[in-house]
Amino acid sequence: MNDKFEPNIVAFLCNWCSYAGADLAGTSRIQYPANLNIIRVMCTGRVNPLFVLNAFQQGADGVLVSGCHPGDCHYMEGNYYARRRFTLMRELLEYVGVDPRRFHMSWVSASEGAKWKEVVEEVVENAKAVGPFDQFRRNKINW
Amino acid sequence: MNNKPRIGVYVCHCGINIAKTVEIDPVTEYASQLPNVKVARNYSYMCSDPGQLLIREDIEKEGLNRIVVASCSPRMHELTFRKTLAEAGLNPYFLEMANIREQCSWVHEDVEEATAKARKLVASSVAKARLLEPLEEKEVDVEPATLVIGGGIAGIQAALDIANAGFKVYMVEKTPSVGGTMAQLDKTFPTLDCSACILTPKMVDVASHPNIELMTYSQVEEITGYVGNFEVKVRKKARYIDMEKCTGCGICAEECRLKNRIPSEFDVGVGKRSAVYLPFPQAVPAKYTVDPERCLFLTRGKCGESPKCADACPSQAFDFEQADEMVEFKVGAVIVATGFDVFDASRKPEYGYADYDNVLTALEMERLVSASGPTGGKIVLGKGDEAYTPKDIAFIKCVGSRDESVGNEYCSRVCCMYTAKLAHLVHEKIPDANVRIYYMDVRAFGKGFEEFYDRVRREGVRYIRGNPSEIFKRGDKLVIKVEDTLTAKALEDEVDLVVLAVGLEPRKDVREIIDLLRLSQSGDRFFLEAHPKLAPVDTATDGVYLAGCAQGPKDIPDTVAQAKGAASSALILLSSGKVKVQAQIAIVNEATCRSCGYCVEICPYGAIEMVEANRMGHIVSVARVNEALCKGCGACVAGCFSGSIQQKSFKDAQILPQLAVLGVK
Repeated sequence: MNDKFEPNIVAFLCNWCSYAGADLAGTSRIQYPANLNIIRVMCTGRVNPLFVLNAFQQGADGVLVSGCHPGDCHYMEGNYYARRRFTLMRELLEYVGVDPRRFHMSWVSASEGAKWKEVVEEVVENAKAVGPFDQFRRNKINW
Repeated sequence: MNNKPRIGVYVCHCGINIAKTVEIDPVTEYASQLPNVKVARNYSYMCSDPGQLLIREDIEKEGLNRIVVASCSPRMHELTFRKTLAEAGLNPYFLEMANIREQCSWVHEDVEEATAKARKLVASSVAKARLLEPLEEKEVDVEPATLVIGGGIAGIQAALDIANAGFKVYMVEKTPSVGGTMAQLDKTFPTLDCSACILTPKMVDVASHPNIELMTYSQVEEITGYVGNFEVKVRKKARYIDMEKCTGCGICAEECRLKNRIPSEFDVGVGKRSAVYLPFPQAVPAKYTVDPERCLFLTRGKCGESPKCADACPSQAFDFEQADEMVEFKVGAVIVATGFDVFDASRKPEYGYADYDNVLTALEMERLVSASGPTGGKIVLGKGDEAYTPKDIAFIKCVGSRDESVGNEYCSRVCCMYTAKLAHLVHEKIPDANVRIYYMDVRAFGKGFEEFYDRVRREGVRYIRGNPSEIFKRGDKLVIKVEDTLTAKALEDEVDLVVLAVGLEPRKDVREIIDLLRLSQSGDRFFLEAHPKLAPVDTATDGVYLAGCAQGPKDIPDTVAQAKGAASSALILLSSGKVKVQAQIAIVNEATCRSCGYCVEICPYGAIEMVEANRMGHIVSVARVNEALCKGCGACVAGCFSGSIQQKSFKDAQILPQLAVLGVK
């Protein structure tokens, strides 16, 4: 694989745990790759599985959904919905030919700045290993 | 009014915090080219007065109707800038923030990369800002009452402050008496005040205060609702004794067949109690409790001919048929003051706590030196003829604190000083004792701490720097193997008594509270505060506050100060009487709802119900959101098959444009 390839990752983070964890990584000046851009939602339960498909259609090489640890959801059970939805989603993605290393789900709490760095590094490394993704690109028309 | 978006983008330097790694001018220039952006500026500190003024002036002069601030995390300053918008007459929800500090400039070193990322984040925020809608903030009444969970010094202080301000307090304590760990202490450092003397008047106040309803031997079973309107269910466990009739005379405990057979929780096993007991003489309420796990009559259905305790009771207070009682009430705020557990010393097997009777924890030592303790304050080990007074006494500090091998990296903050205090008390009671303290560091940081530490050293207590590796028995003595790290000499120290200065740990039942209130834990597993510096008593859940060691190890003065802080936070809520409820809630498009009811099942709060609606002459069943109950998680939104439910400020139509920006390489 091309070493120069820098993947583009979109991440959906819940406001209460993972977004706060990513903020803590910043406050603690923990350095990690700049390939990942964050969209804040209140809860991972809000993340519609179609968002993931849409991200790939826009040209993302990887998608991450990160929320509170199971049992710690600020809204009691939102992350359980997310866990069920994205377990199915991962299988669907695999079925339609998307390498499962492009889609990740993680639990990062508000105190786990160091874990957030590990998650980002893992997601970026995985996406680098599988290379660019443009099979789903909307604007790419092959006549 | 012209509703076409006119966006103002404000890029913050944050001194050099952002400007060091993100090139501000190109980002500002780029932002000004984005669709619908009318103004793009940058300023050194957007959150400062002149920074906010810049936004307000532009709103007025340029007719801006959407604002994007690219600065720190929205968790930091979203409320600040919402206020700025409101002051300029704009709906506060026309604000979107791009987090280019915590999630960009602080985590990347490469200027080019960080600047490119900042550009993207700003573009994503602008894309969302174009589609923002005004939201209405509703206010609800606050129930003028507070629930305090935990009856230690933290809970007691918070309850008294709130009650004295004129508001109702419900205090729930798990054990039969209030007092907590402070009641177990003999003296308090560094002033050597008698712990019981300063605590018991407050315990009595809590029980007798007209505004406080004290529920001891009780447990919170369920908390539902939201800030200002929590509904609480409490289980009052059966004491098998009529609280009205019991006079606290103690004849029952004298008669109990298991008298002096059960390790006393209050005396941490050093003393013994009966199956019907008062935890300690000054317990509040001074009412006896039957231990259902020990009482012969309750466990076996038979206690001799008949239970001697009940027969002896002069006021016929016993009722072995008594059942748990459920109580329900409403409160506006909750204070969590559930305290801590001491570290279980048997998890450091090299110190032989589980093997040797003369290895004690500091809390056991505390009961041994206490005048109200089982030995009446005499430091005596062994029983009967073999009883002896130890002469060579060693303390080992940092047992279970600052120790990664047991998972506790933190400093417990009290052990240095309570060790010094216990060493002083030992000297007072056994003047010819040789006391040494093995330490890693001495942290005497508080008011009067260093002076006290000096005083104890002058009294002849030896401080030896070294972390013992092992304790074993040789003859009658215990041998401590240790390297004195100041002289680099290996020592074998023979002593009569070892006291382990055990640290503070989160309670083993901490999960119960997490499940009740959805609280988060920090890395040390204590409860996480909303902000370590600026909101140390608040939690991520509005209306829930922390006090005392539940939030982290602290000494009594710090605990009392924090309890007063928590009480003040609760009082702000209670005395204002109104609270704004979440505006970013779900809303149903009743015209497209397909009546499946799936959202009703999803909602964790029961906030959605099916109602009948008239759709062009047809009566159909549609979902409707109860705005007071909806917390705005959005789980129903992602679950709706027809896309008929949307979350305000997090609509599909607002998130997809963000994706369209961020997804593109």
